[in-house]
Amino acid sequence: MPTISYKDHSFSLEANETVLDCLLREGQSVSYSCRTGVCQSCLMKAAQGTPSAEAQAGLRDTLKLQGYFMACKWKPADNVTVCGAEDLTFQATLVGKELLSETVLKVLLQSNSPFSYQSGQYLTLIRPDGLARSYSIASLPRESMIELHVRIIPNGQMSSWLLDEAQPGTPLTFRGPFGTCFYLPDRPEQPLLLVGTGTGLAPLYGIARDALTQNHKGPIWLFHGALTGKGLYLVNQLRELAARFPQFQYQPTLLHEDEQLEYPVLTGSLDTIVMSQFPQLKSMRAFLCGDPDIVNRLRKKFFLAGLSLRDIYADAFVPSSPT
Amino acid sequence: MSNLYQELGGQAAVDAAVELFYRKVLVDDRISHFFDGVDMDHQIAKQKAFLTMAFGGPHNYSGLDMRKGHAHLVERGLNDTHFDAVVENLGATLTELGVSQELINQVAAIAESTRADVLSR
Repeated sequence: MPTISYKDHSFSLEANETVLDCLLREGQSVSYSCRTGVCQSCLMKAAQGTPSAEAQAGLRDTLKLQGYFMACKWKPADNVTVCGAEDLTFQATLVGKELLSETVLKVLLQSNSPFSYQSGQYLTLIRPDGLARSYSIASLPRESMIELHVRIIPNGQMSSWLLDEAQPGTPLTFRGPFGTCFYLPDRPEQPLLLVGTGTGLAPLYGIARDALTQNHKGPIWLFHGALTGKGLYLVNQLRELAARFPQFQYQPTLLHEDEQLEYPVLTGSLDTIVMSQFPQLKSMRAFLCGDPDIVNRLRKKFFLAGLSLRDIYADAFVPSSPT
Repeated sequence: MSNLYQELGGQAAVDAAVELFYRKVLVDDRISHFFDGVDMDHQIAKQKAFLTMAFGGPHNYSGLDMRKGHAHLVERGLNDTHFDAVVENLGATLTELGVSQELINQVAAIAESTRADVLSR
């Protein structure tokens, strides 16, 4: 009789029983709704064991890759370990930090144990006192350190602490990885459109480099939007990347004119600029990160322009509520 | 009516219809405002569940689910005209996919059967 390991407990599965039914029968608190594998409310993650195709039917490819499944549809035949998305925790050390611009701090972490992630996903960083904030991962999985881009918020508890007080060697905790916004190598010729605002560039920087590292051949366009020139960062690195890889194109955009810049930018609303550059979107895959209003507006516009939601990956950065 | 789901094409039919249907409701000014401010991925999963039910497919929805799920929209003014617009868009979607009028009528009847619960009557 197979068992389910969940939150340090072990439960025996009854004959023909789903993961959801077993956990509910054992009094565990898990969310669910339709129980027919459609609404995805009962989404969980398999840490050990391979979910059935039925349990993953309709899920995004990036969720399937991470072992997510619908608990109402998986009847494991062998022992499995499952968890909710919020359950994985890691110990880490702050290794370094560097200002990338007036408003963006690069933070480098070293995890104390192997941390498996995809560029573009995010983690929740937890200070020793328990304060938590989420940041996208800009590094590649093959790199030894995890790279985060932290927007410095005046009076922001985490960003001010990271900027002013945290030093190399400071121990930290993080949970993750989370998110479905990352590159898949299944269609190497597919055009990729990456659009971000502010530190929405962090996941896009990771995704672009990940795609290029995996020999993506189709064109990759990266649009980074900011209010003024001061909001742009990694400009030189991205221009170098564009010089090295003919299939990669980088386009910074500004909402307001800025005559001090030494490189070409487009001026105007980011969503208007992107839509005017790409009259034809079908067959593309889009990654949208950053300001929620712009991310949601573009996602809707892309969808209405004919792009399938399956090919639109969005990560809206919702700010933490003041506490 | 238990064969309706298979006649329509089952899960593949739902998959084919859901994005077409969603695009229609998003551009229908009569109802598009009810879809503002909701995460699209979450929303389309709910629409897939709705279409599965309307196509006569497997579902576990109860009248209470319908009431709870739409109560906040009723507070925002959801009424018969909006329900009619949704059913109209559903019919247009199936017409576009080449479904016969007879089957469309059956789907519309199933959708219609949820009106009282959706509108909290």
